[in-house]
Amino acid sequence: MNITINGKEIAFEHGDTVLQVAKRAGIRIPHLCSLDWAPSPSASCRLCVVEVEGSPRLQTSCTLQAAEGMKVQTHTPRVMKARRNIVELLVANHPQDCLACDRQGACELAELTREVGVRPRQYAGMKKDQHLDISSPAIYRDPNKCVLCGRCVTMCHQIQGVGAIDFTDRGFRTQVAPGFSAGLNVSGCTYCGQCVRVCPTGALMERSHVSAVVAALSDPNTVVVAQVAPAVPATLDQERTKHEGVPVMLEHLAAALKRVGFTAVFDTGFTADLTIMEEANELVERVKTGGVLPMFTSCSPAWIQYVELHRPDLIPHLSTCKSPQQMAGALIHEIYPKFAGFVAGDGTRGTKRLVVVSLMPCTAKKFEAEDVGDVEYVLTTRELGALWERFGIDFDSFTDRAPLDPPFAEATGAARLFGGTGGVMEAAVRTAATLLGGAAPAGPLPEARGLDGFKCFNVDVNGITLNLGVINGLGRLPSTLPAALSGMHFVEVMSCPGGCSGGGGQPYNSDMTDVKKRIKRIYEADKKAEVKYSHENKSVAELYEEFLGRPLGEVSHHLLHRSYTDKSALTALHGAEADTGAVCAAAEAAA
Amino acid sequence: MSPVHEASRVEALLAERPDHSRDQLIPMLQEIQVREGYLSQAAMTELAVALDTPVASVYGVATFYNQFRFAPLGTHVIELCRGTACHVKQSLALQQHLQRRLKLRPDGNSADKRFTVLKVACLGACSIAPVIKLDGEFYGHLTIEKLDSLLDALDRDCYAAEEAGVA
Ligand code: SF4
Ligand code: SF4
Ligand code: FES
Repeated sequence: MNITINGKEIAFEHGDTVLQVAKRAGIRIPHLCSLDWAPSPSASCRLCVVEVEGSPRLQTSCTLQAAEGMKVQTHTPRVMKARRNIVELLVANHPQDCLACDRQGACELAELTREVGVRPRQYAGMKKDQHLDISSPAIYRDPNKCVLCGRCVTMCHQIQGVGAIDFTDRGFRTQVAPGFSAGLNVSGCTYCGQCVRVCPTGALMERSHVSAVVAALSDPNTVVVAQVAPAVPATLDQERTKHEGVPVMLEHLAAALKRVGFTAVFDTGFTADLTIMEEANELVERVKTGGVLPMFTSCSPAWIQYVELHRPDLIPHLSTCKSPQQMAGALIHEIYPKFAGFVAGDGTRGTKRLVVVSLMPCTAKKFEAEDVGDVEYVLTTRELGALWERFGIDFDSFTDRAPLDPPFAEATGAARLFGGTGGVMEAAVRTAATLLGGAAPAGPLPEARGLDGFKCFNVDVNGITLNLGVINGLGRLPSTLPAALSGMHFVEVMSCPGGCSGGGGQPYNSDMTDVKKRIKRIYEADKKAEVKYSHENKSVAELYEEFLGRPLGEVSHHLLHRSYTDKSALTALHGAEADTGAVCAAAEAAA
Repeated sequence: MSPVHEASRVEALLAERPDHSRDQLIPMLQEIQVREGYLSQAAMTELAVALDTPVASVYGVATFYNQFRFAPLGTHVIELCRGTACHVKQSLALQQHLQRRLKLRPDGNSADKRFTVLKVACLGACSIAPVIKLDGEFYGHLTIEKLDSLLDALDRDCYAAEEAGVA
């Protein structure tokens, strides 16, 4: 089947929209409200309008189904004028303080203004004066910069199934806000950051830690160390535009981070292996002793937040393991000062302040760091770009390498897998099978791979059948939890579609194709790794020997495990109103 | 009115109307407002849970429509007509006077929460413009002086009632 766009015949498949066909053919039609990620466009921005032969009205290409013989023009004078008008109206009440906006350089709205040729000061619109929401440790909202495209609402409702924010009020006062216009911190928001990742403006952003990290790096009495999550190098490699074919390795990151002043760079993969050791042992213990099953993974902080806020009844099912980020933070603070030969303190009287900075694909990690402690700052993959800029590093052409630093330098192929959906499951199965006295699967576990919303499968080891499940994205929880809770042993939950590779701290404007490319790199890293089983990580074994004792032992319990809190009261805003009793002013005055 | 009390009234409403589908959102909000005089956060939260809809969406829908109020009604409700006939007969001056005398907040409630002033498009009593409805009774051909004497009378009653309560 063919459709003609701008005089060119283009093949399409049944169900394609004109916008999709055009995109595949390399024709960019500006659009704001539709999202590759979400099934049903709201068709509210009307930027994607096109002219269709035989139809007097402009049509929205995001909803227009391609049809045999259809003739479409995407950039006629009439269309261009309509689009320019729309964007000029959008920016009329925008603060236009772009020069001091963190979104600068990656702002879709700014790109749109250029694309459609916005003329300066066409409409003298009233500026919005709405409150900033700085209530959460992970995400801030500046409703004044919002263009009401609704992408965040689509993400939060349709994809993540949380519904923490929605359109409120009407007309000029319309904004996207939590219920009762409260702060995100009492909205039931999980801090997954999916809304941030798709926002075209600076209206939703992570709480930036860049300046704080720069300040720590410039303080001579502070030792700043970094830990890098497995999804980060995979993403930087996928995003790389120069030096294609030279994969971005952790070692490049280590060299660049040391160049800007980090004392040591550790691999969060090390603690991913450690997580597997603890978690696999916890699973085996639960299975053998009749503990609470299924056990859910606990690496994804937005999932933890989801449970604590919305499903506190599931708390006993959560693995008590801290996430790899938190295990690393705790161990670095416990072990590194002695290892490196300095006294940790507040930076005075001969001591050094130790600051751990995590590089994560995630906004919720910022919340986790504040909630659990041990990690001072978290930079998202996006913020890393800002860090390079501050220090004048052109990372794209950066080819130096430096080794990662002991004692947390070594990570196995299993640890690499943490960066994609199903990865923790696959890594855990490798080790749990060995613990149960069976043979560890040698190759990949195809049942755990792929982007399906819910994967379930069995693994037989030594007479025990483990029923396993992988839930990909918070939005799948309502439909999959019942199955997960009936008879499964171990269930991985990652909050973001695709797992960490699709995390809320990942680059803007990336779609599922990009996420797949990142996951492919992760699988390659696993394939290339010499050691594939977490229990064969020599540094981890040494750590147990010299310091931790054994998995689930007392030191582990203290450093590597955590507890959870029922936070459901935070989402029920009952009784938050002021006293409503009427008093008689006249009587009061007389008294 | 404690929030617990309000919540249990929503519970009663939910029991009366077994259809808890999302389509029921607006009718339920209307009914809560009829019974409570306004939509409290507690009531909206409870309704959200019952209709399995995010609180943000319930609040979003409620704030979209002008018909919903988010603060309780005062003891006395004044409906001030701002229709064309009343406007011609200076109803704006009445509105401004009420604003000053009662120290009205943006939600239409007086500072002491005893009065609620609602601006109405037309009360349908143009022949006696400018007109208000005070606690359901029409008062026409109003002037600022007449309005003051009405309010003074209410203040005297309230004062007397408080005195009696204290004694
Ligand atoms: S961070 Fe996630 S849960 Fe919170 S508002 Fe955004 S999409 Fe919704
Ligand atoms: S906050 Fe961002 S994504 Fe959400 S409606 Fe506004 S501009 Fe769109
Ligand atoms: S993208 Fe089509 S109407 Fe917004």
